[in-house]
Amino acid sequence: PSRAAKVLMVGAGGIGCELLKTLALSGFSDIHVIDLDTIEVSNLNRQFLFRKSHVGQSKAHVARDAILKFRPNINIESHHANVKDAQFNVDFFKQFNVVLNGLDNLDARRHVNRLCLAAEVPLVESGTTGFLGQVTVHVKGKTECYECQPKPIPKSYPVCTITSTPSKFVHCIVWAKELLFAKLFGDKNQDNDLNVHSKDGSSSKLDVFERDVDEDLDQYAQRIYDHVFGYNIEVALENEETWKNRRRPNPVYIRDTLPEAVKQNGSSWDCSNDHEEPSAMASLGLTNPQEIWTLAENSRVLLEAFKLFFEKREKEIGNLVFDKDDQLAVEFVTAAANIRAHSFGIPLHSLFEAKGVAGNIVHAVATTNAIIAGLIVIEAIKVLQDDYKNYRMTYCLEHPTKKLLLMPVEPFEPNPSCYVCSETPLLLDVNTKVTKLKEVIDKIIKSKLGMNLPLVMIGSTLVFEDGDGLEEDEAANYALNLEKVLAELPAPVINGTKLTVEDFQQELSCSINIKHREEFDEEKEPDGMVLSGWSAPVEKQINSNGENKSAASSSSARATDDTVEDPSKPGMKRKLDELLETKENCDASSSAQVVEDDDDCTMLDGNPALIKKKRLQ
Amino acid sequence: GGGGGAEEEELTAQETALYDRQIRVWGVDAQKRLSKAHVLVCGVNGTTIEFCKNIVLAGVGSLSLMDDHIVTEDDLNSNFLIPHDESVYGGKSRAEVCCESLKDFNPMVRVAVAKGDPSLIDGTFIDRFDIIVLSRASLKTKLFINDNCRKRSKHIAFYSVDCKDSCGEIFVDLQNHSYLQKKPGGEPEQQELKYPSLQVWKFNLNFFCRFVEIKSFSSCALLFCTPSLFAPRIRFV
Repeated sequence: PSRAAKVLMVGAGGIGCELLKTLALSGFSDIHVIDLDTIEVSNLNRQFLFRKSHVGQSKAHVARDAILKFRPNINIESHHANVKDAQFNVDFFKQFNVVLNGLDNLDARRHVNRLCLAAEVPLVESGTTGFLGQVTVHVKGKTECYECQPKPIPKSYPVCTITSTPSKFVHCIVWAKELLFAKLFGDKNQDNDLNVHSKDGSSSKLDVFERDVDEDLDQYAQRIYDHVFGYNIEVALENEETWKNRRRPNPVYIRDTLPEAVKQNGSSWDCSNDHEEPSAMASLGLTNPQEIWTLAENSRVLLEAFKLFFEKREKEIGNLVFDKDDQLAVEFVTAAANIRAHSFGIPLHSLFEAKGVAGNIVHAVATTNAIIAGLIVIEAIKVLQDDYKNYRMTYCLEHPTKKLLLMPVEPFEPNPSCYVCSETPLLLDVNTKVTKLKEVIDKIIKSKLGMNLPLVMIGSTLVFEDGDGLEEDEAANYALNLEKVLAELPAPVINGTKLTVEDFQQELSCSINIKHREEFDEEKEPDGMVLSGWSAPVEKQINSNGENKSAASSSSARATDDTVEDPSKPGMKRKLDELLETKENCDASSSAQVVEDDDDCTMLDGNPALIKKKRLQ
Repeated sequence: GGGGGAEEEELTAQETALYDRQIRVWGVDAQKRLSKAHVLVCGVNGTTIEFCKNIVLAGVGSLSLMDDHIVTEDDLNSNFLIPHDESVYGGKSRAEVCCESLKDFNPMVRVAVAKGDPSLIDGTFIDRFDIIVLSRASLKTKLFINDNCRKRSKHIAFYSVDCKDSCGEIFVDLQNHSYLQKKPGGEPEQQELKYPSLQVWKFNLNFFCRFVEIKSFSSCALLFCTPSLFAPRIRFV
């Protein structure tokens, strides 16, 4: 009977390939697959349905074709699309007996969670990172939904840590990526926190980063180098307060790190082959990405990369966004971060390591995905057989505790104060006199509440709607409302007002009670508003993998955390409770209780009598 | 060509690009050792092909498959390496067909067929391997091969696996195995493990073995995790 089931797989990547294979071998014959991605070389070490010749093609389509080779008679429909698209509405979800997620980002997971709740279709969630993984089951009314437990959000760093007082390598990476790289090669209109003023007021330039007319490229490069690594540091040193309890940084100048470069103007480095992708490493004869370069080497790489951008990729300057697969960008950011790190007494890192941090790369192997895929199918079969007493959340550990590699736990009951699957009003502290509707929508409704196309009502007045199919005058009206402060909206929002926010596609509706407050702490409450009454995510050790970057200002630079400082080293130490608050992919429930089981055996469908059901406090 | 016996010390740019994500898990050293390793799999079935997939994707030096049984319709049920095309598999052995499919998974790995009967292989034959994986063999054959692995001057790791319906079993003999164990907040510690031989274990069932309950699940992804031989920093019990 479960073989006749109709299954939806969201994601055809690491978990997806293994899962599709396992489903096919297990006799499932009616499968839909959704994936928006295309195949890359770095996928091929684990996404075994793909070949080198498939690079650039749709994962969903290629996966389907590969499976049909050994199971020609099953029905697979592949969608090269974003699961958040309007076509995948509640009616679409309703046709399935179970939904299986193999996603890599929180945003999509939340979206699918809501659609599954609305469609009343069970969801089997999963995630992997390196040797860690987990599978969880979510059935409306019976278990927690995916959002009942707070999910850690990507870590962001205070502006001053990035601009003035870095203490970890990741801070330097964020500086190099979001400030220096962005300033030099990115959108000029974007706000940027780099100090652009020069030493002497005599310079008529407003912005030191602007290249002088006819300025020699070498000279320009060196001038920028001295400005950001030398002058800016000296300026920072002038503020005694900052350095009272901190190690003072050392300014770094080109004349000290590369004395010979100052004398030689004009490129004397080996010019890279015009046909190949420009690379500073290649030009300089540096071949090992695992090697940690000296200060001098980093400086050479920086100058060379800088020049190569202007010499070979001039057209892109002004539009560039950092991309971890852009070799030259990675070289530039690595070098810049390292020089800054040197100034601040932070250990330097190799290109390989820096790339992992800058690109938020998630480490991955085939085996963990294979294990997780197996567990997903096991849970899916239980779901299809309505075997709810045996549903398990299974955690795949890196270091077995008590000789258990797999840790099965009974699911919790739904959280009565979950704003997604229960009906709990939320509370928003905000200054209604100065805060615009736009800010509330961006920072709270879309970002924290994860709504995609929200609708905002005050009583019976609709003040905002998002999506296609709006009339011109409606859209104009909403645009006007966005710019108004809350207290001045057509239906004024003041202390005690209740907002109703809905996302039609996600079939999610919730109420937000407004509490007016005048003052907000800049450091602790940088958004200028505070949402409570929901399970606020804990900002812990997280790797933000491929997170869609919110429109947040440059001051809340998103970055990976120091748990990826050593990405080349395997098996980062994890205690069980660390495990549960860890990597985004691995979204484990933060308060799951571990089953103490003295057996040497790993029983996947363990004796339920042994495992006590844990309730929420 | 295969990675085994490579003279260069560093990984090639191609290898670095392909193995990037896993190098971030187990490090460059482990990857290099992996690329010099040679594995023999006797008995090609749903369980062992899962292992073959993983080890080939990971970039092992070479993989040899020994299984002279001719492919039948039964094999098609649990073996995703066999295309449903009689013109491809007709009249060929399991080893032959799977070998061709596996080559596709990673062109940098040398995958080959080893013709023969596991119960008859001699010591000099197994000398070329670092790891032997045995499946669906008689107890006699398992003992014979395990014994041979222990007799050779080079330590050959021995794994015996079987899956039947919803149960699976694995026996591991790494002989004297040393590895580094990461201590929280401290220096990695050298650890030593002494594995019993199959002969010894048979009479001493207190030693760890795992029985994994797998409902209606033919291939056994769970049993083959990271080859612990290659990454001594990772202990996989």
